[in-house]
Amino acid sequence: MKISRILKTIFMLDFLNGLKIAIREAFKAKKTLNYPFEKGKISPRARGEHALRRYPNGEERCIACKLCEAVCPAQAITIESEQREDGSRKTTRYDIDMLKCIYCGLCEESCPVDAIVQGPNFEFATETREELYYNKEKLLENGDRWENVLAANIKADNPYR
Amino acid sequence: MEYFYTLISQTYKILFLLLPLLTAVAMIVWLDRRVWAFVQKRKGPNVVGPFGLFQSLADALKYIFKEIIIPASSNKIVFILAPITTMTLALISWAVIPFSEDFVLANINVGILYLFAISSLGVYGIIMGGWASNSKYPFLGAIRSAAQMVSYEVSIGVIIINVLLCVGSLNLTDIVLAQDKVWFVIPLFPMFVIFFISALAETNRPPFDLPEAEAELVAGYQTEYSGMMYAMFWLGEYANILLMCAMGSILFLGGWLSPINIYPFDLVPPALWFIMKILVLFILFALVKAIVPRYRYDQLMKLGWKIFLPFSLIWVVLTAGFLLYFDLLPKV
Repeated sequence: MKISRILKTIFMLDFLNGLKIAIREAFKAKKTLNYPFEKGKISPRARGEHALRRYPNGEERCIACKLCEAVCPAQAITIESEQREDGSRKTTRYDIDMLKCIYCGLCEESCPVDAIVQGPNFEFATETREELYYNKEKLLENGDRWENVLAANIKADNPYR
Repeated sequence: MEYFYTLISQTYKILFLLLPLLTAVAMIVWLDRRVWAFVQKRKGPNVVGPFGLFQSLADALKYIFKEIIIPASSNKIVFILAPITTMTLALISWAVIPFSEDFVLANINVGILYLFAISSLGVYGIIMGGWASNSKYPFLGAIRSAAQMVSYEVSIGVIIINVLLCVGSLNLTDIVLAQDKVWFVIPLFPMFVIFFISALAETNRPPFDLPEAEAELVAGYQTEYSGMMYAMFWLGEYANILLMCAMGSILFLGGWLSPINIYPFDLVPPALWFIMKILVLFILFALVKAIVPRYRYDQLMKLGWKIFLPFSLIWVVLTAGFLLYFDLLPKV
């Protein structure tokens, strides 16, 4: 071993240098976000809680093509449909088991009419499992609540699709 | 009647020491996490109470309400005794620590020997916990811990001899009073550094936290513990860390003595100086935790036996020779 190396070890120069850096860093501005009180920016592409959207006239977008049900890798989506009197095909049942869902975004990807989308909301924890079996009413309600954000997000992400 | 009076007054004294001590342990855990976070540019616990000061109390409350799981294959009596032993041993050593010239629970003449004996016993709690769990990781953790604590106790013992040579008494109050003119950290600086590093190893703190190296041993001897029993290990560990800081400040930093004995500084109560010195040492402990990577086990043993022990032995000879040559040996 070199003499300089031995001296460095004996006088713990590396350690003292580390201590200096640690003390200097300790007084710098912190990077932490106080999470429940401040939140970070969320990408328009974020895949959070699902929502079923409507057309501006109030008609549901979903045409019951069942592409999302077919593509869902976790098989979390269940759809039943019937033909309405005006000849359009609509769902009678649209369930998502949010506990099975892996939030991959394939349903949103496959939807031809942008009906099922994943919004930016990721804070939907519940106290019971039952509350996470979402049905059509819940999903449509989500869609109504988040419509402004969802539309803006789809528009913002459009050039990259 | 007199017996009864003594009992009451002693109990009062013990509570007067223990309650602040346990509160201090809780605060010190908060300080530890906070310093660690600050070095990593995080904020650390800052939600519960002002500046997050009550975080440890909230944690303690959580531990109290958690279920205590006793593994079916464990040795139940020893398994339960282990955390009790650790915590008791960590607390009883505080009996001899002098907070000021007249504020000490038991001013015994072999104070430093008592401290040394109790801290050697401390390893039993860990061995018992590791062995009684009857599981691989706790057992390996306990073996490591035992070997590590025994090795570093040897060098701490030799370091203490250095100080005792300069004092000529085993009484902790005398040790502090002997530093009236100059703190021992100045003439015995290398010994102070070795004491500090050995104290890190003695209390299983990083970079010597091999007994609970999470990458290889999960949580070492604490793996099978849960609820209040885990909390007792944790309290004992931090009480031990505080004790090591207190020992360091008594042996080397002049205990309760004020650093500058002039007008505004001698108004500060001596106990406060002592607490401040403990805090400074503890912040150093916490900083070391934040900046130093963990040692390998053979490096740890090599450092203890091949470097610290010979070096502190040589220093004993040097100190003794110096004191003898210049006729500075304490008159007893």
